[in-house]
Amino acid sequence: MHEMALMSEALRLAEESARAAGAARITALRLRIGALSSVVPEAMQFAWDVARRGTLAETAILQIEPVPAAAQCARCESEYPCDDFWTPCPRCGAVGGELVRGQELEIAAVEIEPAATPNQPCVRNADAV
Amino acid sequence: MCQECGCGLSGAGLGSGHGPATGPHAHAHDPAHAHEHDWVAASHAGAHEHHPGHTSGRLLELNRSLLEKNARLAERNRGFFRAKKLLVLNVMSAPGSGKTTFIRETARRLAGRLRPGVITGDLATDNDAAALRAAGIPVVQINTGTVCHLDAEMVARAAGQLDLDALEVLVIENVGNLVCPADYDLGEDLRVVLLSVTEGEDKPLKYPPLFHSAHVAVVTKSDLAAAAGFQRELALANLRRISHHAHIFEVSARTGAGMDAWVDYLEQQRAARGHAQGWL
Repeated sequence: MHEMALMSEALRLAEESARAAGAARITALRLRIGALSSVVPEAMQFAWDVARRGTLAETAILQIEPVPAAAQCARCESEYPCDDFWTPCPRCGAVGGELVRGQELEIAAVEIEPAATPNQPCVRNADAV
Repeated sequence: MCQECGCGLSGAGLGSGHGPATGPHAHAHDPAHAHEHDWVAASHAGAHEHHPGHTSGRLLELNRSLLEKNARLAERNRGFFRAKKLLVLNVMSAPGSGKTTFIRETARRLAGRLRPGVITGDLATDNDAAALRAAGIPVVQINTGTVCHLDAEMVARAAGQLDLDALEVLVIENVGNLVCPADYDLGEDLRVVLLSVTEGEDKPLKYPPLFHSAHVAVVTKSDLAAAAGFQRELALANLRRISHHAHIFEVSARTGAGMDAWVDYLEQQRAARGHAQGWL
């Protein structure tokens, strides 16, 4: 349900970086979403279709990189993959491992298309950053 | 065919062989050979090239959390609340689990021990604030409109409307929702999640991120347990499984059962923080 707020934030960060780099538009945006984060990729896609309108990313593509979850055992400290919050350690059987991956909600990268004038972009904006 | 690695996948948009969710070239790449076309070369139905060397596009690596801005504001809240010597609770649950009644009764029992104030969030109406105000508790209502959770900025704004110097405990009643509030740090000391006996014993399993993030889990409406056919042991086992760090309380705000232990806990928590931070 808060996918729209997260997508707006992703676009805000993407536009901020793209403008600073002198981009005319954003051609692709990549998010990294953990398997145990509280968002649904399909809902992010839906939010994207709405939120990108009127932004530099209006014609961009969205890519979502899923991050499989992993936990670290509190007892033997081994790291193991998990699909939920309660998988016991396969090595020693201890429960209550700490998640080390799988709750990511990140913007990984954007791909930009520089503005048409070749001289315009980087120098001025590099100073502004 | 892909020019970098010759994988045979031609770029024709997200739905093509390069795959939407796992990244275009889901097969293993030598890390040294990682390159931007991994995920964008397939885009735009061949409108333009993205391959290194002869590309018009440029990749900006950001690697930033979408919650970074909220996290920063939450830390600012936390520092501010700490300076005000407040114990701050973020109370979360599904709609109808009894947050408002639980908070009202908590505040009533704190009287003479700690001075409470409340920030309460709802999509609309002032009903919760009115109920608390009628009980003599300083309260600020946040109407989030269409937003399904409170965030740190909303809390900062609302906190400015309370006389925090006159308070010792600040209770933030989040929007009734077991999904979205999980992601938003408000600057609280304790995340408190409520589970009422009428909701079903498996709720923690259905909404693991929020229950997992809790410092305290409170089973509410315990007076209705028999009528609701509540399987107490099963619910507690599920809570322990998901919220394995959490303190668990069982209460009825209506009859008062279990409330003393909860209020004692709050007093201990504030004292422990006061000693640790040197203001008690």
